[in-house]
Amino acid sequence: MLHLTYLIILLPLVGFGILLAAGRRLGDPAAGWVGTIAVVASFAVSVGVYLSLLQVNAPVRSYGQDLWSWIPVDRLQVHAALYVDPLSMTMVLFITGISSLIHLYSIGYMKGDRDFPKFFLYMNLFVASMLILVLGSNLLVTFVGWEGVGTCSYWLVSFWFTRDSAASAGKKAFVYNRIGDVGFLLAIFLVWSKVHTFDYQVIFANIDKIGSANITAICLLLLVGVMGKSAQIPLFPWLADAMEGPTPVSALIHAATMVTAGVYLLCRVSPLLHASPSAELTIAIVGAATAFVAATIACAQQDIKKVLAYSTVSQLGYMFLAIGCGAYTAAIFLMVAHAFFKGLLFLGAGSVIHGLHDEQDLKRMGNLRAYLPITFITFAIGWLCIAAVPPLSGFWAKGDILDNTWAAHPGLWVVGIVTAALTAYYMSRLTGLAFFGRDRWAGADDGPVPDAAHAHHADGHSSEPHESPWIMTVPLWILSFFAAVAGVMAISGSRFSLANWVDPVFGSNLFHDNLSSSAEWTLAIIDAVVAIVFVLIGLRLWSTRSERPALEASFLRGAWYINELYDTVFGRPSERLAAFCADVVDPKVIDGAVNGVAGAFRGSGSLLRRTQTGYVRNYLVGIMFGAVVILGFMLTRMWWG
Amino acid sequence: MSISPAWYLGLSTVLFAIGAVGVLVRRNVLIMFMCVELMLNAANLAFVTFARTLHDIGGQVLVFFVLVVAAAEVVVGLGIVVAIFRRRASANADDLHLMKG
Repeated sequence: MLHLTYLIILLPLVGFGILLAAGRRLGDPAAGWVGTIAVVASFAVSVGVYLSLLQVNAPVRSYGQDLWSWIPVDRLQVHAALYVDPLSMTMVLFITGISSLIHLYSIGYMKGDRDFPKFFLYMNLFVASMLILVLGSNLLVTFVGWEGVGTCSYWLVSFWFTRDSAASAGKKAFVYNRIGDVGFLLAIFLVWSKVHTFDYQVIFANIDKIGSANITAICLLLLVGVMGKSAQIPLFPWLADAMEGPTPVSALIHAATMVTAGVYLLCRVSPLLHASPSAELTIAIVGAATAFVAATIACAQQDIKKVLAYSTVSQLGYMFLAIGCGAYTAAIFLMVAHAFFKGLLFLGAGSVIHGLHDEQDLKRMGNLRAYLPITFITFAIGWLCIAAVPPLSGFWAKGDILDNTWAAHPGLWVVGIVTAALTAYYMSRLTGLAFFGRDRWAGADDGPVPDAAHAHHADGHSSEPHESPWIMTVPLWILSFFAAVAGVMAISGSRFSLANWVDPVFGSNLFHDNLSSSAEWTLAIIDAVVAIVFVLIGLRLWSTRSERPALEASFLRGAWYINELYDTVFGRPSERLAAFCADVVDPKVIDGAVNGVAGAFRGSGSLLRRTQTGYVRNYLVGIMFGAVVILGFMLTRMWWG
Repeated sequence: MSISPAWYLGLSTVLFAIGAVGVLVRRNVLIMFMCVELMLNAANLAFVTFARTLHDIGGQVLVFFVLVVAAAEVVVGLGIVVAIFRRRASANADDLHLMKG
């Protein structure tokens, strides 16, 4: 079935086409079903391709599919070609799988939205772009997908664009991504100038021709690119604002798939990274710093989705830390596990928001486990996963990364374990505030009862929180199952072992921690104890009281004032420059040039019009005079020429 | 015994000068027209003279072209003059300076 690889991308594109042509006519919910079926079909094909790939007997299982010659210009020969190997296959499987579930969930979540068909239109296009990104066999095809997901992210973040905040959040996401894209593009140019190809495998075969300084430059430029896409320091603030989008978008794009594109890209170019230790160290430091900073911010956020957003940034930091250590398999492991549990957490948060009629403030929730039992159970599984409580998947994935960090950079391991403690704490704080404690939601007995606030829910909803319909809870169950059991991928030698499957892709580039089994046990016990202790602390603190100002420093609530910093350093000077252009350059220079030209012609015209007397005799004198001059000229030429 | 070509050329020059001055100083459109004709025919005379002196038939051929052009010009010009005269009952060229810039 390997030759059907192109169908994986084509099916969501077909769904996109159908919705583009007939989305409005299909309406709610048929348009949602069309979109969902397109993605589910793509998932089915992916599974088929995966099973066929398993049959391939080679040191590195891979399959290349050359679709057509895309840019045939002299030496610049670019093919629209796909490349399937365990790395891209892993991505494809979890992208299509989780997309299917989130599409299904969205049918329930977006029910009754004015632009219901448009939502699925963008979602299908997003899935297709993401698959192009991971399946591309050269940098340019990847870049097409890269820009495609960025564009869809923009559309979906500002999906409710009539809200000012949503419109500007979309813009912000786009601008931050563009900054990163400049780095990515420069890296592509540099690769081309050295090896005259974009194909990954050819680049890796010719890695000696690039030169070590250039490899470092390429890696660092790529790092700039992935910083934007994967929200690493310093380009991370957009991800928190991106929560303005509908919650399924946050789950799919800003937790499970798009933001992991950077991690994928770095894994894809692992031979380049391996050749540049300084770039690897930079990536590790950026990752560790991001993981820590984002975790501290998440401790003080009040919006349920913002906590999850910063938690995503923090987890992505872990993945970068793993890549920086050379532990690509560990990064992929956390990426897959994270896709499951963070997708689950976001969908759970969406269910909470849905059940509370669009309430996102943690301080106005409380005791929801009594009202949303299914959401609570599934959310709790996600919570314990991300907090890395054994034996759930997060424990294995994070433990894998921390072990490798311990072996490679013990200093960064300390940052990692502190972050793990913070992660356990803030996720327990979120759970405590939302699901435990007193009822604090609007309309609760002891809460304020706004009169008109729920007038728009007169369509049969009571103001009491309600559990979501089956179409939303089924994806929650499925995701929580996978989030819980994804740890089996850590068991080496089993048929689910991730290491057996993807290690050959990285070959000798992969870092092996070679820890003794006693060291591994010690580290695992430290991880487990830290996780459990901080889960208990967080839960104890926040299920009893909802206000603890000492633990919510305004510095952390304000996200280290990083937005204000960028405003001051980049925003204000840019505004001043724009004002200078508008007030000085435009009226003086631009208008001056235009009006000056017009004025010069008007002046010369008013001089010349005096010659137009209207009297024939004046013109005749002119003709005579001209004739005399010409005659005189000819005579002088005759005499003196 | 033929007359020297210089006399013909001299006559041609005198006729041309009379025509040129007439066009410049007179205001009556019809007189100006006649002066233009005078200049054209002065040129014709010079052409014929040179054709004869230099034994080149080209000069005489050119005269026929000039005659045709002059005839056409007169047709159009007199037509315009008649049209203007109908509207203004005047043939004074200075009355017509609508095209003043």
